[in-house]
Amino acid sequence: MTNTSTRNKVLWAIATVLVLVYALFPVASILATSFKSPSDLTNGKFLPSSGTATTSNYEQILVGDAQGLFLSALRNSIGISLIATFIAVVLATLCAYAIARLDFPGKKLILTTALAVSIFPVISIVTPLFNLWRTIGLYDTWLGLIIPYLSLTLPISIWTLAAFFRQIPWELEQAAQVDGATTWQAFRKAIVPLALPGVFTTAIIAFFIAWNDFVYGISLTSTEAARPVPAALAFFTGASQFESPTGAISAAAIIVTIPVVLLVLLFQRQIVSGLTSGAVKG
Amino acid sequence: MTSAIPARTTTASPAEAGPSLEAGNGNGNRTKAGRAPKQYSDRTRAERRLGWILAGPAFVIMLLVTLYPILQAIYESLFRFRLTAPDERAFIGLENYIVILSDPVWWSGLWTTVLITVVTVLVELVLGFALALVMHKALKSVRGLLRTAILVPYGIITVVSAFAWFYAFDINSGYVNSWFAWLPGIDENLNWFAQGPTALFVIMASEIWKTTPFISLLLLAGLAQVPDELSEAAKVDGATWWEQMRKVIIPNMKAAIMVAVLFRALDAFRIFDNVFIMTNGAYGTEVLSLLAYRQSISRLEIGLGSAVSVLLFLCVLLICFVAIKLFKVDLAGSQGGK
Repeated sequence: MTNTSTRNKVLWAIATVLVLVYALFPVASILATSFKSPSDLTNGKFLPSSGTATTSNYEQILVGDAQGLFLSALRNSIGISLIATFIAVVLATLCAYAIARLDFPGKKLILTTALAVSIFPVISIVTPLFNLWRTIGLYDTWLGLIIPYLSLTLPISIWTLAAFFRQIPWELEQAAQVDGATTWQAFRKAIVPLALPGVFTTAIIAFFIAWNDFVYGISLTSTEAARPVPAALAFFTGASQFESPTGAISAAAIIVTIPVVLLVLLFQRQIVSGLTSGAVKG
Repeated sequence: MTSAIPARTTTASPAEAGPSLEAGNGNGNRTKAGRAPKQYSDRTRAERRLGWILAGPAFVIMLLVTLYPILQAIYESLFRFRLTAPDERAFIGLENYIVILSDPVWWSGLWTTVLITVVTVLVELVLGFALALVMHKALKSVRGLLRTAILVPYGIITVVSAFAWFYAFDINSGYVNSWFAWLPGIDENLNWFAQGPTALFVIMASEIWKTTPFISLLLLAGLAQVPDELSEAAKVDGATWWEQMRKVIIPNMKAAIMVAVLFRALDAFRIFDNVFIMTNGAYGTEVLSLLAYRQSISRLEIGLGSAVSVLLFLCVLLICFVAIKLFKVDLAGSQGGK
């Protein structure tokens, strides 16, 4: 890699462009669709016909007819995903701390359980929950989604954090205590700064997974009270019966992709290290 | 730190048995000797208790949200039970399973699911490996850019990916037909979602696009663990690029490849979102997850739906069993050792 000849440089440029096209083309595709006007949707081209590009699709879902449908779904998605992520990360932090630092029987059992839960077919959980939630009144509520979301977010959080915490030089804590810090100070000043990036990265990964959920979203909700965005998109209909919802769905899809792109742009290094350390060590 | 743990456990465990300490009380010497292990045992016991206090809630919740529902599903699968006719609920043993297993719908669903799993995992393995190689060897200046780009499909909502691919291929709003009209078999009247093979092609394309980054990141981590000296040495010995790959790099990252394949296979096996959005199971694209969904959520046949869920769960167990026993994939092993 040291003697990069011109030929090498060109090859690398091509490889880079190919990867970029691969990764971003479908996003660009739906972005282009989101700016097409209803009459221009069938133009058979990638871009809107020149001069007809419009933001009316965005207006429709943000301030227009579909506003109630989309904004409530957005609020549900953000709220439910954030709460499920928060609970999972708090519980997983305690759990991973115990696994990395303490000696107790059953560590392996916990990690194996986390693994088993993470590969569990979601649909197998949905049927019994659907019935139970209807009986006890959790159907179509935030809590009714937050609980099953934990089955998605907890296992990966435990694995990722356990991997992170194993790499922390815990001796620092003792060293700080020897230097006269109290237990709490030692923990706060020496350990927390080292552990925080791991916790934060785990939160991002868990959030992605909760944000992505579709099966629970369509099965355990029925109204705007709790239906998250992916499920709402599937039930979107056009402004009128005769209008296709293509433009509105595309616009909504772009809006829910913005947080993903932002998080990725800001934290790509952390996300990559989180995904790889948690998974490959296991 | 890790090395101290086994030592501590072994010294502590004999002391934990209560009677042996009691017996030591008669003899002064023994009491003295027993002191140290007793303090140890207290500490160990406290540590164990703390361990479970910290780890317990997460563990219990994981069991509650998965073990309990699957047990409930097994129980309900033994009943004839429709939510629309709750009074007719009756125990029928394994009849639901017999109904399902003798229905061609189950077998075509299983076949479609297996087909999707095999094809997507194979394509993703090749594509993901290529992506991992590019990221691994990339110059520092573009590495961040490549990783950022590759994470976009990873983070994007599967339903969004499904719509993006669906609209691109759709006969009304799509542009693929006009772009690729020069290819045999493609023209402006091709409705991709009106027959099984073409619909499955787009479904798999979306699935592959969305999940390849995950597999490629796992492979990237595997690549990083292969010592550079190995391939350097092979290069010096005159090995071609392909020989280096086949004889040095791939054998050395076999574990990472196996883990990636198993994870993705299990994930692909529960495919739902892409199929639901694009065809809703029409034209022979119904997969097992969709079948279970349709029975329980759409038709409210809790008994039948539960039975499908249990069967799906058994399929996943079978895949795990085969992977771990036959291919010796060690998922949790290295965790304990490290």
